[in-house]
Amino acid sequence: MAIEVRIPTILRSYTGGAKVVPGSGDTLAELLSDLDSRHSGLRGRLITDEGGLHRFVNVYVNDEDVRFLGALDTKISDGDTVTILPAVAGGAFGFAAAAAILGNRL
Amino acid sequence: MLTIERAVVDAIFAHARRDHPDEACGVVAGPVGSDNPARHIPMQNAARSMTFYELDSMEQLRVWREMDDRDEEPVVIYHSHTATEAYPSRTDSGIASALGEPNAHYLLVSTRDPAVEEIRSFRIVDGTVTEEPVRIVDATVDPHAVQTYMFGQSPATVDYECSGR
Repeated sequence: MAIEVRIPTILRSYTGGAKVVPGSGDTLAELLSDLDSRHSGLRGRLITDEGGLHRFVNVYVNDEDVRFLGALDTKISDGDTVTILPAVAGGAFGFAAAAAILGNRL
Repeated sequence: MLTIERAVVDAIFAHARRDHPDEACGVVAGPVGSDNPARHIPMQNAARSMTFYELDSMEQLRVWREMDDRDEEPVVIYHSHTATEAYPSRTDSGIASALGEPNAHYLLVSTRDPAVEEIRSFRIVDGTVTEEPVRIVDATVDPHAVQTYMFGQSPATVDYECSGR
């Protein structure tokens, strides 16, 4: 099964600098575990301690945001392209709000 | 240090003032590795908030893909603060450090005062915010001409009454 996974700049340290890596899995959750088996630590940057996708990561399967496809349960097929992009967000929020949003990652 | 053209700065401010009092956000793309912010891309603030911004996920995919096709990267990622100073909040640095664009200059402008241009630039890496100077270059001006700059101030009116602002 061949799935093309596009890796953002900030996570290329896990892939030896590679922009695109192959992966396999029937769901996004399986794909991330598969990637983590070859690129240790990658999954941990995308999944929170509660087991869900990080709020400020965008994952797309064939140009569709997985938030609308079932998040980690999104079905993936052979030949699909999965793209990961860090969300770009911020603002003048106070510290308390930021801490709430980011959980214990601050 | 961030080196950026006057025309791009003007475009960023025009965008920020248009969206005021919501925060405005966008990107200035440039060739990979050039550190030259050449192409201004104003974007939607999906949060439409006065205190928070977030790039719309589908627009971000389109823009990032377009940059990739053109061998560009986001050299500048900018947003505006509409009532506070142009300094990154904990949200700004926290989110940018959790996952961000490590090579980008995070540019902040403040539209809290309509007569003043507040613009500052920062690198945000691993939770550390480091301010850097901003060098604005003006391609229409002879670089050898003598010029004075009042950095961070561009008063649109003269205050004859010395009201003391």
